[in-house]
Amino acid sequence: MKKVYVNEKWCLACHLCEYYCAFAATGSDLMYKVLKNAVINPRIRVEEKGNISFAVSCRHCEVPLCVKGCISGALSEKDGVISIDKSKCVGCYTCVLSCPYGAIMPSDSGVMQKCELCLSTKEGEPQCAAHCPNGAIVYEER
Amino acid sequence: MNVKTYKYIIIGNSAAGIGTVEGIRRIDGVGSIAVISSEPYHTYSRPLISYLLEGKTDTERMKYRPDGFYEANGCDTYLGVSVSSIEAGPHTVTLESGDVLKYSKLMVSTGSEPFVPPFKGLESVPEKFSFMTLDDALRLRNAIDRTAQPKVLIIGAGLIGLKCCEGIYNTVTDKKGSITVVDLSPKVLSSILNDDAAAIVKSSIESKGVTFHLGQTVSEFDGKRAVLSDGSELSFDILVLAVGVKPRISLVKDAGGETERGIITDKYQKTSLEDVYAAGDCVQSFDISCGKSRILAILPGAYRQGEAAGLTMAGCAYAYDCAIPMNAIGFFGLHMITAGSYEGDVYTESDGGSYKALYYKDNLLKGYIMIGNVARAGIYTSLIREKIPLDSVDFGMLCKEPALMAFSQKYRAEKLGGVVI
Ligand SMILES: Cc1cc2nc3c(=O)[nH]c(=O)nc-3n(C[C@H](O)[C@H](O)[C@H](O)COP(=O)(O)OP(=O)(O)OC[C@H]3O[C@@H](n4cnc5c(N)ncnc54)[C@H](O)[C@@H]3O)c2cc1C
Repeated sequence: MKKVYVNEKWCLACHLCEYYCAFAATGSDLMYKVLKNAVINPRIRVEEKGNISFAVSCRHCEVPLCVKGCISGALSEKDGVISIDKSKCVGCYTCVLSCPYGAIMPSDSGVMQKCELCLSTKEGEPQCAAHCPNGAIVYEER
Repeated sequence: MNVKTYKYIIIGNSAAGIGTVEGIRRIDGVGSIAVISSEPYHTYSRPLISYLLEGKTDTERMKYRPDGFYEANGCDTYLGVSVSSIEAGPHTVTLESGDVLKYSKLMVSTGSEPFVPPFKGLESVPEKFSFMTLDDALRLRNAIDRTAQPKVLIIGAGLIGLKCCEGIYNTVTDKKGSITVVDLSPKVLSSILNDDAAAIVKSSIESKGVTFHLGQTVSEFDGKRAVLSDGSELSFDILVLAVGVKPRISLVKDAGGETERGIITDKYQKTSLEDVYAAGDCVQSFDISCGKSRILAILPGAYRQGEAAGLTMAGCAYAYDCAIPMNAIGFFGLHMITAGSYEGDVYTESDGGSYKALYYKDNLLKGYIMIGNVARAGIYTSLIREKIPLDSVDFGMLCKEPALMAFSQKYRAEKLGGVVI
């Protein structure tokens, strides 16, 4: 299965991935229209310290602790992709407690959000990887 | 008599039972499965009953698995049907109707039941409820709806009592009623919080207008009146008993299986009875954060044990051997996450509405408590669960905030970069 992989050697901490992530969810055609002055809440987050930086998003784990621990049945796995049914989520945070990567977080509405590989967006594939200028984020089969 | 035979029989239709079905079906796509439960409902999320009363979910959305789950997994269901006994020798279970079903492998995932200590005069209380099932929640809601200015008394300031408090709060407050909580322990959530954390949570709930009487028990009930151990009296309309829960062990115990407080199993969830497995709230789990066998009674653990048992029952031995206590819970928008055991040295930090305590010993993180800011708590959980040596990470940085930056470059390359090392 294709997944998002990160190589910190090439990451410049430009945070473009975070912008493209936030933008992908809007369905809009122009980024500045929807993100200008907005506080973004992306599902991919860059960690940086000194000259080290890297982006973190859902690993779509083979043993997804978030799915197995989900108390409401909102998180599920299909064909290796882990997604969340926001209508079922009550925002209990058990997935935040479970995820070893800290890759799941509340959305602006309070229920949880996570990377779903942009599969349901019009682009149909992860926009963080598609727009990473340095190849520090790739979407590929390994 | 024609006895119906199944390859797998699962008693209990909740987290552990569903985990068992999913575990079995990963290995065995065809073996016949029967799911039996006393509760007459499609599998639902037990912890969501408070959210149901709060209006944050409904009976459709709180289904633990979608409609069609049983058909898709080839399960016969016996819902609203109780098992009265297990006959381990002949491999049969007897239903309350007297019908007998035969199994090759049996899962006992009977969960827990409310523990009610013998209160003097309890039988005189007209409206009293537990808060464990969907039916409990619906009946409690009905009682509140029919009472003008309902005064609700909750016995138990643990997870279930306080979740119930939150669930009914809006309705009770809208009706100009009141909620009072009594607990024998001097602090709230005594099983998961230390004193400082409990004080923060208590005052936050108090600020909503909920009254606490802690370090107190009820010495006597008399109709709609309770006398507390310090002699003071409370009047109430509706009583919720949430003192505690106990594992439902009788089926296995009566069949001659080994039990202590909970059902005893090996690491594959097998009981001492041949071909009988058990998982979830009804069993004792081995807590790797303190090295002891104890009752954990949490949903993620129930699911994982059920899944491990299902895989094993279907012929692919699998152990869920990294159980730890862990809870994510919130009250009135204040979230908290706790995990592990609170032993060893402690790092604490509090700032505004947030609080954090990290417990560490022998070069390992043993447990933690986070209140308010709980972002990325799972990174701490993974340190406990995977027993990652603290000298292999930047623990000083981790104390400040959970981040992958504090791990080695090698760890990150493996986890984020898919580099196989
Ligand atoms: C209000 C509330 C809030 C909670 N919140 C959380 C939370 O936030 N996080 C968390 O991790 N956990 C929470 N829990 C605990 C969680 O619900 C349990 O750990 C979990 O449901 C255990 O699953 P289980 O499958 O072991 O058993 P259960 O969910 O107890 O299910 C057992 C089933 O077996 C059936 N059964 C029992 N005996 C028989 C019999 N003889 N014949 C037929 N059927 C039988 C019962 O009717 C029941 O349906 C909460 C619990 C409650 C009550």
